[in-house]
Amino acid sequence: MILEIKNIIKYFDGFCALMNVGLGVEENALHAIIGPNGAGKTTLFNLISGMFDVSEGKIDFRKRPIDGLKPHQRARLGISRTFQIVRLFGQMSVLENVMLGSHCKTKSGLLKTFFRISTKELEEEKITRENAMRWLEFVGIPHKADQVAVNLPHAEQRLVEIARALGQDPDLLLLDEPAAGMNPKETLDLESLIVKINEMGKTVLLIEHNMDLVMEISHVISVLNFGAKIAEGKPSEIQKNPAVIEAYLGRKR
Amino acid sequence: MDYLISVISIAGINIIMALSFYLPFMTGQISLGQAGFMSIGAYASAVCTVKFGLPYVPAVLIGGLSAAIVGFILGIPALRIKGIYLLLLTLGFGEIVRVVFINIDYIGAAAGFPGIPYQEHTLLYAYGMILILIVFFNRLRKSRMGRAFQAVGSDENAAEVIGVNIIAVKLVAFSSGAFIAGMGGGIFAHYQEYIEPFMFDVMHAVEFIVFTIFGGIQIFWGPIFGAFVLTLVPEFLRFIQEWRMELYGALLIVMMIVRPQGIISLDSVKMVENGLQRLFGKKTAGGLSPGQTESK
Repeated sequence: MILEIKNIIKYFDGFCALMNVGLGVEENALHAIIGPNGAGKTTLFNLISGMFDVSEGKIDFRKRPIDGLKPHQRARLGISRTFQIVRLFGQMSVLENVMLGSHCKTKSGLLKTFFRISTKELEEEKITRENAMRWLEFVGIPHKADQVAVNLPHAEQRLVEIARALGQDPDLLLLDEPAAGMNPKETLDLESLIVKINEMGKTVLLIEHNMDLVMEISHVISVLNFGAKIAEGKPSEIQKNPAVIEAYLGRKR
Repeated sequence: MDYLISVISIAGINIIMALSFYLPFMTGQISLGQAGFMSIGAYASAVCTVKFGLPYVPAVLIGGLSAAIVGFILGIPALRIKGIYLLLLTLGFGEIVRVVFINIDYIGAAAGFPGIPYQEHTLLYAYGMILILIVFFNRLRKSRMGRAFQAVGSDENAAEVIGVNIIAVKLVAFSSGAFIAGMGGGIFAHYQEYIEPFMFDVMHAVEFIVFTIFGGIQIFWGPIFGAFVLTLVPEFLRFIQEWRMELYGALLIVMMIVRPQGIISLDSVKMVENGLQRLFGKKTAGGLSPGQTESK
C-alpha cells in the first residue's frame, strides 16, 4: 500500500466536502477516482498534495504519516500532481517549466550560482536540462521546448504539466482530469501515455470524467458521491454497481 | 562635465536601488521599504567610516549586511502576507526606520549626519557594482533558484506543490534585495557627504517602483534602463524650467498607455541576444543553441 487514507473528513466553513472517506492505493496501481461534479474528488487531491489540511483523519504515504507536512515536503517524498485547470508558469519556456519539476531533487543555491565556486552547479544545470528534455520527449513534444508555455495549445499545455510532474520523479502521480478539453485523438494518445507512465513503475491516481478512458485502463475504481465513497472495485464491477448507476443517472422510477 | 558625472553617478545609485526592488519583485513581493533599507545601509556605513575609521569598501559592505539582516528579520512576518498587505507593512517599516533615525543622537538625529568622507570614484564603484549585479541577474535567469523565483512570482501554490519551498525562496529574495539596497545606501552616503533621515522617505521607494515599471518588469534590464533614463530625463528638461516635472509625468502616462509592459521586454532582449549571436556566430558555434547564450 503506497497511500493509505484513513477516514478523513474535510469541512469548509461547516460544509462537509468529504465525509469519512477511506482509500487505499496499492503500489504500482492505476487507480481511478470517479464521481459526479462536486463529489469531492479534487478536494481529496488537495488533501493528499497538502494544499489543504484534513479536518479529521489521517493520510499515510509509504506507511509514514504525512499530515501537517507542507506541499513542497510532500513533493520531496515523491508525490506529484497536475491540476484540473492547467497551472503552468506561463511566461517561462516549456523546457524551463519541466526543469522546475526537478527543483526538489537538486540543490544549487543563490550564492553558489553566482560565485560558481565549483563546476557542480553547471553540471547540475546540465543534468537538469537533459532530464527535462527526456521527459518532453517522453510526452511527445520535444520540438516545443523553447516556446513560451502559455502559447501552446491546451492539450500540449497538459502534456507539459505532466512532464513537469514527472520531472519530480515521483512514486505517486496524481492526475486531475487530464483529458478535460481534449479531442478524441488527443485523449487516445493520453490514454497510452498514462499506461506508459504506470508501466514505468509509477503509481497513478487518476480523476477523470471520460468513462471510456477510465474503464479501459484502470485497475481499480473508487466512486465518490456527495463527499462519501459509495463503491470500489474493478471496472467491470463498477459498471454494474446499482449505487453508482443511481449516482450518475438517478433512481429508476 | 562635473555636472554630467554627478547626474550619471546618481543614475547609477538609482539603478542599484531599482534592482534592489526588482529582486524581491521577481517572487511577487512588492516592497515600499527599499528606501528604508537604503537608509539603514547609508547610516551603518557612515558610522563605520566616520566613527570607526573603516575604509570605504568594507563600510559599504557592512551597510549592505546590516540592511540584509534587518530585511531577514522583517521578512519572517512579511512572508505570511502578500499583495497590498505586504505593501502596507513595508510602507510602515520605511516610516519606522526614518523615525528611529530621527531620534538617535549618536548619528545626528533630525539634524542629519555630516562629515562623511567623500568618495571621488563613486561613479566607478556604482557602475562596478551594477556590472556585478548584471552578471548576478544574468546567471540567476538560467539557474535553479532563478526559475524558482519566477515560478513563485507567477503561481505560488503551484510552485509549492511541485516542490519549491516558497518561504525560503521569498526570504532569500527579500533579504538579498535589502542587501543590494543597503549597499546602494552606503554608496549614496559617501557621495553626498551628508545624510539625514528625510532623504529616505517613502516617495523615494515609490520612485524605485516607477523606474522598474517604466523600464519593464519581465527582465532585469528593465529597471536598469528605467532608472537610468528617468534620472536623466528631468535633468535634460531643465531648459523648460518649472514645466519639466509636468512633462516627466506626461511621459509616464503616455508610456503606460503605449507600452504597458515597460520599455524593455523579454522579447526585445531575446532579439538582441539572437542578433549578437548571429554577429559573433562563429565564436559561439561551439555547441550553444539559442536561449543558452551565456549559461556556459
